[in-house]
Amino acid sequence: MNIDWMMLLKAFCVGGIICVIGQILIDKTKLTPARILVAYVTLGAILGGLGIYKYLIDFAGCGATVPLTGFGNLLSKGVISEVSTNGVIGAFTGGIKAAAGGISAAIFFGYIASLISKPKIKKQ
Amino acid sequence: MYKQLNKFLNILKEMIIIKPIESKEDYQEYVDYKTPNSPILKNCINAFWVGGLICTIGQIIFEICVSRGLDETNSYAVVSMLLVFTSAFLTALNVFNKIGKFAGAGSLIPITGFANSIVSPAMEYKSEGYVMGVGAKMFTVAGPVLVYGISTSIIVGFVYLIFNLG
Repeated sequence: MNIDWMMLLKAFCVGGIICVIGQILIDKTKLTPARILVAYVTLGAILGGLGIYKYLIDFAGCGATVPLTGFGNLLSKGVISEVSTNGVIGAFTGGIKAAAGGISAAIFFGYIASLISKPKIKKQ
Repeated sequence: MYKQLNKFLNILKEMIIIKPIESKEDYQEYVDYKTPNSPILKNCINAFWVGGLICTIGQIIFEICVSRGLDETNSYAVVSMLLVFTSAFLTALNVFNKIGKFAGAGSLIPITGFANSIVSPAMEYKSEGYVMGVGAKMFTVAGPVLVYGISTSIIVGFVYLIFNLG
């Protein structure tokens, strides 16, 4: 198996830059992490809907899909492809269908992980 | 490493800018180099390389999946699932918090942060029971993310429908 080093480098740079933008938002604007995550998902969904985000994925692979903007894009992409085959119903079924893997894994593994963890008292 | 470098730089600066403070500007200059640099640059560098590294790990998993014959859509799903799995259990072992403190947005923005945001409130509220504690608090941050993500995507779907019908 041959590894595409150029692609790894591109994923590293693009993923890093997306994270740096988030870091600047945290440091400069006092937005809470939850708001930033929401902003990223919404932005990703809009860019995905406009068809812009797929160019970033073509360019950087997981550098674009692993950040939460990629999750938003996946939702939009699913909706659009489902809408073109099923019409209005697709707007409601397509998104989650496309993102099902990530959502289900997050809920299931998250639940199991919190079951096995020991609750700890917060130390300041 | 950073601290030592900064100290060294400060000594250098002090050697160069040794002049008496006579005007307001001189004083401002003095204050500027005496006050510690805001950690934003350091934060950004850490966020960059940790975030980049997580994406690179994702890309490696992706390439392995593709070389094993999975199609692209499924490979991206496998990447998400594996990263979510890893980050959920690292959170449960209290390792992820340390990474998060160091990397800031570098571990928050990738899908690892989404998994972390599910597990850490669930752990914290475990004492309130398995249904209203773990089950409900899991979605303190993930809930809004899903609500806004899904709502936006549905609107996108309607807009797409309208434009394609018209």
